[in-house]
Amino acid sequence: MTLADTKPQALDFECETGNYHTFCPISCVAWLYQKIEDSFFLVIGTKTCGYFLQNAMGVMIFAEPRYAMAELEEGDISAQLNDYEELKRLCLQIKRDRNPSVIVWIGTCTTEIIKTDLEGLAPRLEAEIDIPIVVARANGLDYAFTQGEDTVLAAMAHRCPDKAPVLEAEKKERNAISTLLNFGKHKDDVATADSEYHDHPPLVLFGSLPDPVVTQLTLELKRHGIKVSGWLPSKRFTELPVLEEGYYVSGVNPFLSRTATTLMRRRKCKLIGAPFPIGPDGTRAWIAKICSVFGVEPQGLEEREAQIWQGLEDYIQLIRGKSVFFMGDNLLEVSLARFLIRCGMTCPEIGIPYMDKRYQAAELQLLEQTCSEMGVPLPRIVEKPDNYNQIQRIKDLNVDLVITGMAHANPLEARGISTKWSVEFTFAQIHGFTNARDILELVTRPLRRNHSLKDLGWDKLVQEAASV
Amino acid sequence: MKLAYWMYAGPAHIGTLRIASSFKRVHGIMHAPLGDDYFNVMRSMLERERDFTPVTASIVDRHVLARGSQEKVVDNITRKDGEEHPDLIVLTPTCTSSILQEDLENFVERASMTTQSDVLLADVNHYRVNELQAADRTLDQIVQFYLEKAKAKGELPEGKTAKPSVNIIGTTTLGFHNHHDCTELKRLMADLGIEVNEVIPDGASVHNLKRLPQAWFNLVPYREIGGMTARYLEDAFAMATVDIAPMGVVETARCIRRIQQVLNAQGADVNYEDFIDHQTRHVSQAAWFSRSIDCQNLTGKKAVVFGDNTHAAAMTKILAREMGIHVVWAGTYCKYDADWFQEQVSEYCDEVIITDDHTVIGDAIARVEPSAIFGTQMERHVGKRLDIPCGVIAAPIHIQNFPIGYKPFLGYEGTNQVADLVYNSFTLGMEDHLLEIFGGHDTKDVITKGISADSDLAWTADGLAELNKIPGFVRGKVKRNTEKFARDRGFTAINVEVLYAAKESVGA
Ligand code: SF4
Repeated sequence: MTLADTKPQALDFECETGNYHTFCPISCVAWLYQKIEDSFFLVIGTKTCGYFLQNAMGVMIFAEPRYAMAELEEGDISAQLNDYEELKRLCLQIKRDRNPSVIVWIGTCTTEIIKTDLEGLAPRLEAEIDIPIVVARANGLDYAFTQGEDTVLAAMAHRCPDKAPVLEAEKKERNAISTLLNFGKHKDDVATADSEYHDHPPLVLFGSLPDPVVTQLTLELKRHGIKVSGWLPSKRFTELPVLEEGYYVSGVNPFLSRTATTLMRRRKCKLIGAPFPIGPDGTRAWIAKICSVFGVEPQGLEEREAQIWQGLEDYIQLIRGKSVFFMGDNLLEVSLARFLIRCGMTCPEIGIPYMDKRYQAAELQLLEQTCSEMGVPLPRIVEKPDNYNQIQRIKDLNVDLVITGMAHANPLEARGISTKWSVEFTFAQIHGFTNARDILELVTRPLRRNHSLKDLGWDKLVQEAASV
Repeated sequence: MKLAYWMYAGPAHIGTLRIASSFKRVHGIMHAPLGDDYFNVMRSMLERERDFTPVTASIVDRHVLARGSQEKVVDNITRKDGEEHPDLIVLTPTCTSSILQEDLENFVERASMTTQSDVLLADVNHYRVNELQAADRTLDQIVQFYLEKAKAKGELPEGKTAKPSVNIIGTTTLGFHNHHDCTELKRLMADLGIEVNEVIPDGASVHNLKRLPQAWFNLVPYREIGGMTARYLEDAFAMATVDIAPMGVVETARCIRRIQQVLNAQGADVNYEDFIDHQTRHVSQAAWFSRSIDCQNLTGKKAVVFGDNTHAAAMTKILAREMGIHVVWAGTYCKYDADWFQEQVSEYCDEVIITDDHTVIGDAIARVEPSAIFGTQMERHVGKRLDIPCGVIAAPIHIQNFPIGYKPFLGYEGTNQVADLVYNSFTLGMEDHLLEIFGGHDTKDVITKGISADSDLAWTADGLAELNKIPGFVRGKVKRNTEKFARDRGFTAINVEVLYAAKESVGA
């Protein structure tokens, strides 16, 4: 690669005021309680937290979710009530009504400020009521949006069994995937099925993804003879994967740096640092990196990537040459920008709540490489952005598409600026080869809408468009 | 601590922000952690607001926790003053600032020395008041601030307007059908020959607040917001208050008669009886509806009502008094104002329920099995589960409760809307019931067969399991596409890998 030799200028990192809009990290209960089917999430906070969840979860709230607020009252704040007794009362009620396999306590800003010792209370109560209690401090003082999942998974990592049951590994069928893959096969077939895999050290993937995506990525690695021994999290708390010292782990999402650190430091696992499997380019790089760590030669990987790109061409035509601006709120920004630049877009700015340059190193490198190969300028990466300043820049740059939160989407649209609501990327299926088209479906939607409405002449719908 | 899944009224700061962002050129600055500016999402989504919601946060993070907000709050206020030039900045405490116990009052004082805009600290305590009480309080606080300021400067206009005039107090952003109600009230006032002096807070400018005392009286349509302001104006400027929500035919007439009384006491000499009679008989269809055969069929049918004070009380009276419906129980979540509710509805229903626990309400609905429910979005979902239709009459509400079309609940057009809502809820239930009696829609089986008929391909267990994970409404399409793909490629069985290969190839 000749371009790389010319040393492209390095990525430019900036940090602004942190005055930006994002979801509170407690929102992670919305998708995690669905993912971990035998869990119950108890958010220990105030009406503010409850109000946010109630509104952000939308109709999910009516489906008797396995989540509740432990709403702190004035007596809890002034320590007139005993935290332990109060939590015990609520947890017993949860045990009686729902009988979960685990109760996850989500610490909030209030428990931080009044210094409730959740980590100290949990083991005592756990012993007393006989249900595991996992504590995650996913509050708005420290974290943004998807980082909530990171704090929960980091806490769960401590609960993974540390020894595979001796000789009984197959019979146990710990994880849902092997169960699925072996569905309907006899025990003997399962043994032979293992020979489809290369002989490599156990690999555990981390990050919560919808089950179909778990299946897709697992099959994707299987094509290259790589066996996924387990996922953190799995479908049930009782099926958390075994993590022995020396196991390999790899993250599927860019916001999981604490989990990665915990797996490396506390569980002595080896982290495979790779770009994230978002977009066909990311997916290929992710698989290639895993293969290379295990000394496996990937089979037909490039052809597969090329084939996926071909299938995207009709959507790519809509965005090629256009510009995209990420205001930043969910930490998926770098991966998405890298994919969209590969699709032919330009990207002046990637806003992001928090940038872990070590955990995202491979992704950042792929971003630089992509920019240089596509011949476009490198984006500036703005950590802790300032939404007010960003809106001035959006206007100056005259961008074609802004990826942003709902607080700004309608006001920008009213000023003739196309937007895509960023939160959809966290709930849609965007990982792996199979779902690359779904990302573009989202990204192109406002542009397709513009096309349908283009002759109507009412793209600016505020009176003083100047006063942003 | 209490276990809670759902709340009817939001936290205090939401109330303050609803007031602040209802005014023009008033900016709310929340003293809050990252993530508590969810108010902006709600306003932008539910109200489909074209403008940026004038609310920002002065972020409380680890740093602030360790060392206090120090210059941060002051800087944020000054910065916003320079950027947006608002008339007023309202510093809004949250649950977090309630326990940090920083001297926010002091920050406000310091900031206001350098800002062009006025600066106020909202006087609300998260642990003492809810959204509605906080909104009531904040509106009062802003009005008092500007009236006292004007008085001190000698800028208060003298006397009343020449013609009878009114202040409409309490229509806010994110209020249930408030915009439509406000239009309807202005129309009603115009019909009565009353000038609208000021409408606050929605769309108002703080500069005009000093004109409030020029009105002949104040109309407070909602029980929850505006009462405190009206009482202040009564005490300080001897202004009369009309606080009867004109919702329903009888209550609208009562409200107008009260206005008549108030105006005549100030020498207006008006008589609205002919107007009331004409509107009742010919403009509102609700009086006629209550005589019609449709409504006769509703006689004695069972209903339950739950919501905020204003809407639940008015609805209960409409159902019982104007439509002959049997209201088994009526309830409110405004616990702090329960006596008022009791007094308003007790003669129109068998039982009164005061609670903010949605499970109590859910059980109470299941217990009486009404033919229709009138409640909030939560009761609508209880209704769905129990197969009972529900008309939504109060917040908490969803985006579908912010209709684009004109749908007031107040005034004479409001009576028509309410009649439709009631009638549709009951007939919906009846139609469903009839369908069931006569065997239901018998087309279900045929449709399902259509999808899987003439399939010559076998689905493996894993393929089928994966197919079943695909949402119902697209499953048929995915199945057809996959089978076509398999047939084209000569596969005889479809497993999970074929399924996803097909998805990639057709891009669907
Ligand atoms: S930011 Fe803090 S107070 Fe606000 S919702 Fe999140 S955890 Fe609760």
